[in-house]
Amino acid sequence: MLEVENLEVSYGALAALHGVSLRVSPGEIVALVGPNGAGKSTLLKAIAGLMAARRGTIRWENKRLDTQPPERIVECGVALVPEGRRLFARMTVRENLELGAFTQRAQKERREQMDRVYTIFPRLREREQQPAGLLSGGEQQMLALGRALMGLPRLLLLDEPSLGLAPRVVESIFSILGELHRDGMSLLIVEQSVHAVLALAQRAYILEGGKIVGEGDGQSLLKDDHVRAAYLGPLARGGSA
Amino acid sequence: MILTQQLILGLLVGGLYGLAAAGLSLTFGVLRVLNVAHGELLMLGGYGAFWLFTLWRVDPFVSLLAIGPAMFVLGLLLYWALFQFVVKAHEEVRIKNSLLIGFGLTLVLHNLAIRLWTADERAVTTAYAGAVARIGALAIPLVRLTSLVLAFAILAVLHLFLTRARWGRAIRATAEDWEAATLMGIPVGKTYLLAFALGTALAGIAGGLVSVSYSISPSIGLEWTLKALIVVVLAGLGSLFGCFAGGILLGLAEATSVVFLGGPYREVVGLVLFLVILVVRPQGLFGGRA
Repeated sequence: MLEVENLEVSYGALAALHGVSLRVSPGEIVALVGPNGAGKSTLLKAIAGLMAARRGTIRWENKRLDTQPPERIVECGVALVPEGRRLFARMTVRENLELGAFTQRAQKERREQMDRVYTIFPRLREREQQPAGLLSGGEQQMLALGRALMGLPRLLLLDEPSLGLAPRVVESIFSILGELHRDGMSLLIVEQSVHAVLALAQRAYILEGGKIVGEGDGQSLLKDDHVRAAYLGPLARGGSA
Repeated sequence: MILTQQLILGLLVGGLYGLAAAGLSLTFGVLRVLNVAHGELLMLGGYGAFWLFTLWRVDPFVSLLAIGPAMFVLGLLLYWALFQFVVKAHEEVRIKNSLLIGFGLTLVLHNLAIRLWTADERAVTTAYAGAVARIGALAIPLVRLTSLVLAFAILAVLHLFLTRARWGRAIRATAEDWEAATLMGIPVGKTYLLAFALGTALAGIAGGLVSVSYSISPSIGLEWTLKALIVVVLAGLGSLFGCFAGGILLGLAEATSVVFLGGPYREVVGLVLFLVILVVRPQGLFGGRA
């Protein structure tokens, strides 16, 4: 269980999150939606330890995360797939995966886990010796996800996994996220393609201006007028949820 | 004939330029810190070899086995005492602060060396120092040839470490994107420490080789920092063998200029190359994206 309570984060004097609270239960998929600049990425970065909390707490499996450096948080089983993927572009696909298993805990199982990742993403095995920078956008997202899985996470934080990808690729990424969920993984997903993520998620939070302004299960938020008007656009109004 | 002979000498000194540059490139590439005291660290390694030879008759090539680890430890201490505070800053600030600290360190080490060992030029003169291999009228100094081969071998070992070992890969990952590296669970502070210590060890070993084939004095630091910097710019960041090739290129360019322009232009040609590369190909000859 991930529990964020009253989290405040700021960039210098500029506050980005004003007292955000949210929960992700074990094995749950939770979506986090909201306009640009709402603080969604900041929230994920704070959970992963890349940004310091000014106030509030972040707990994961009853351990405080907000007092720990990012490398310890990875060791606790929380992995962030960052916005823009942030692959090691000059290193090979295989090296990227090896790096994903850097922690002591993941080192022991890295052979087996690499086989698992290659089973999920056969394309990555084909491209094993290629520099990550030469992969297509979809392959890069697969690698980013595979690299995070190499660390044996129990909670995956995903920042815009569909960004810049063709709809067909997005679909396959989302179906893989669904499979991970069925295997017991907890997921917290920040996403611009609100429709797709709300269809996948069990619950969702709406973040605006650094505050949680709405919460509900994915299906009912899809039908919510405010959400439809703000995030789904005119096309979604006619369509069915 | 004179040109060929000069080119051979240029090639041989170029290997040492490459080795000196590799250490600077490693610290710059990973920590984004420009250690202008790199040449002074090289000078210390040179004195290490000189005193081990003068006091206890340790063969200078053997003494590298002690100088490497000793300089590695010195690197750990310098990082702990000085540079760990620099890397906490943002990247633009890092460079400026590292320049200040580096220049300070340069002054301290330079003056300390004068104080301890006088300003005299020294060289390790072994029994085999004058040995040459002759090919027709060309002479190849064997000590310098050995140094070139050793320099290459050391870079090859380092390359293996950086590509195969868990911590070696962590260093490369940190160099590419330190924030993404922390997301892998890599303690970036430790990779910085390791990279800096390795860079210092490389400088020390290069210094040991310099003291056998050439000469050392407390004031050689600046010259070697400059050579290393020129080679790093020439080669671009991110490739050890690029550094080696860049070093040899600089050695050959200097040799050519000695023949056609005369000795005094030796130092100028490197700086001209430096400027030309910065204008024409700022990512360096072997560097990838900037």
